[in-house]
Amino acid sequence: MRGTGRALRKNPNLLAGTVILTIMALIAIITVTPGARLVARYDPQALAVVHRLEQPSASHWFGTDRLGRDIYARTLHGAKVSLVVAVSVALSVTVIGMTIGITVGYNRTADNLVMRVMDGMMSFPTLVLALALVATLGSSLFNVVLVICIVDTPGMTRVVRGVVLSLRERSYVESARAIGASMPRVLFRHIAPNTLAPVIIQASVFFAGAILTEAALGFLGVGTPEYIPSWGNIISAGREYVTINFWISFFPGLFLALTVLAANLVGDGLRDVLDPRLRGAT
Amino acid sequence: MTERQTVEPLLQVRDLKTYFYSPSSVVRAVDGVTFDLREGETLGLVGESGCGKSVTALTLMRLIPNPPGRIVGGEVIFKGRDLLKLSDSEMRKVRGRDIGMIFQEPMSSLNPVLTIGRQLTEALELHMNMSKRQAMDRAGELLDMVGIPDARTRLKDYPHQMSGGQRQRVMIAIALSCNPKLLIADEATTALDVTIQAQILELMQDLTSRLGTALLIITHNLGVVARYADRVNVMYAGKIREMGSSDDIYGSPKHPYTVGLLNSVPRLDEPAKTRLAPIRGEIPNMADLPAGCAFRDRCDWAIERCGAEDPTLTEAGREHWSACWESAKVSRRPAAQKAKV
Repeated sequence: MRGTGRALRKNPNLLAGTVILTIMALIAIITVTPGARLVARYDPQALAVVHRLEQPSASHWFGTDRLGRDIYARTLHGAKVSLVVAVSVALSVTVIGMTIGITVGYNRTADNLVMRVMDGMMSFPTLVLALALVATLGSSLFNVVLVICIVDTPGMTRVVRGVVLSLRERSYVESARAIGASMPRVLFRHIAPNTLAPVIIQASVFFAGAILTEAALGFLGVGTPEYIPSWGNIISAGREYVTINFWISFFPGLFLALTVLAANLVGDGLRDVLDPRLRGAT
Repeated sequence: MTERQTVEPLLQVRDLKTYFYSPSSVVRAVDGVTFDLREGETLGLVGESGCGKSVTALTLMRLIPNPPGRIVGGEVIFKGRDLLKLSDSEMRKVRGRDIGMIFQEPMSSLNPVLTIGRQLTEALELHMNMSKRQAMDRAGELLDMVGIPDARTRLKDYPHQMSGGQRQRVMIAIALSCNPKLLIADEATTALDVTIQAQILELMQDLTSRLGTALLIITHNLGVVARYADRVNVMYAGKIREMGSSDDIYGSPKHPYTVGLLNSVPRLDEPAKTRLAPIRGEIPNMADLPAGCAFRDRCDWAIERCGAEDPTLTEAGREHWSACWESAKVSRRPAAQKAKV
């Protein structure tokens, strides 16, 4: 961990991304603690119809929506949903994708079978497939995560498989076999760590993508239910008022864009840090 | 000599055949290779690229990728057991523990994302039942043994922090970590600078003689073999064509191919010739070898019989075999003689 600080200093993009993501994560964490009221100032569900559709002001920093709910409070609470979805998706897809991809990258029969299924899944437009699945399964936070995982897994599997296919011809794989390492050992101890750099980049893409997909599902009305504020459904709720009060959609949109940007910056920076060949002498 | 022969050789390779299959053809990369390797001795396996020397080595280790390759026949008797008949898990115990192997590319033979220490301890953990701690201690000793200064701290290094020669030293340390009876060096020095080559070869010879390990040097470099090997096998188109002690092979080669090889490299111990004599022609297509002797078309001694029958290894001297119908007539200075005829 000694090198972490230096890596951050040497890589301003990584630093910026990490700072933004950390802030977002802190916001998300605070909103589930009793401190939520202090930071968010209002209950995100509290209705105040008299104050509906207000412009940003000292009392309502980001304005209010059509039911007079405070957008600032709702946006902060929305971070929770977006990040939970993004983190769960990125982790699950990485684990599932790596397991399938590595296994498949070494077994031709499984490869043909599994990859054709994956190709089939990838031939559906992501959002349409996600929409159809959520519509069938019903909209809940868990289902949203599940559906995005299903939609993203083929992409991750492909990346891992491709890397494994090229890595297995390397002579260090042969060397490892020559000292008596079994195939699973070679796969998981020698090949897996070498796939991490591309996998992390892919995971950061899916992290960002999951936030967007969750928002898109919310926007289309099949995402997280409205009583759980998420950036997607706040933007969605604001779309009818964009011409008279664009603040409703603007602020959650800004948070969303910043988080997605930060995730991409972090992914890019991590690649440089994790590759020992690019890392300076430690 | 006789006393030595009574001892069972460490490794007996008998009529080994490894073929590679493609939809349209079969490449007989190793086609009936037979040789012995005695305990503690250094054996050279020489031949040009594509003659099957590396495939022979991989076959001994049973590391032939299948498909497309398959070991179709023969025996590899190592310490009394036929390696080709072992189960996969038994074979894994042989690899690394009984037989160590070093490959050609020192730059890519080490895993770039694992530390040197972790790669050195792997075989120890697999075969010697050592704890992480013990293995790390031993890894330090091994690095020290192969002459890497400051061994303990270098254990935490990654391969890219080492030079090619150092990496090959690490490979040697890994290959020798479990005190194998046999070390196979497949073109282990080919990718290195000449000076480093010599250092690595000296190191290998020094360590194997100290540890009593037999060494199989696979190379296309005749100079390497001349200096370090006790005995030499010359391979061409999947078969061993000549077998004998280094002195015999270099002093009185009995196979036209060996003669061709010797005439095509400059030597310091001979009067300088104005031109080197390359072997004419090209390596035959391994997927479509002609009947008879595969070297026939490039040979200055070829006779009619060569087109019909492929000669087998026959005794051409004491402990010296050659697979040539005309081996009695073959000697160096061939091209000149032929030209005058």
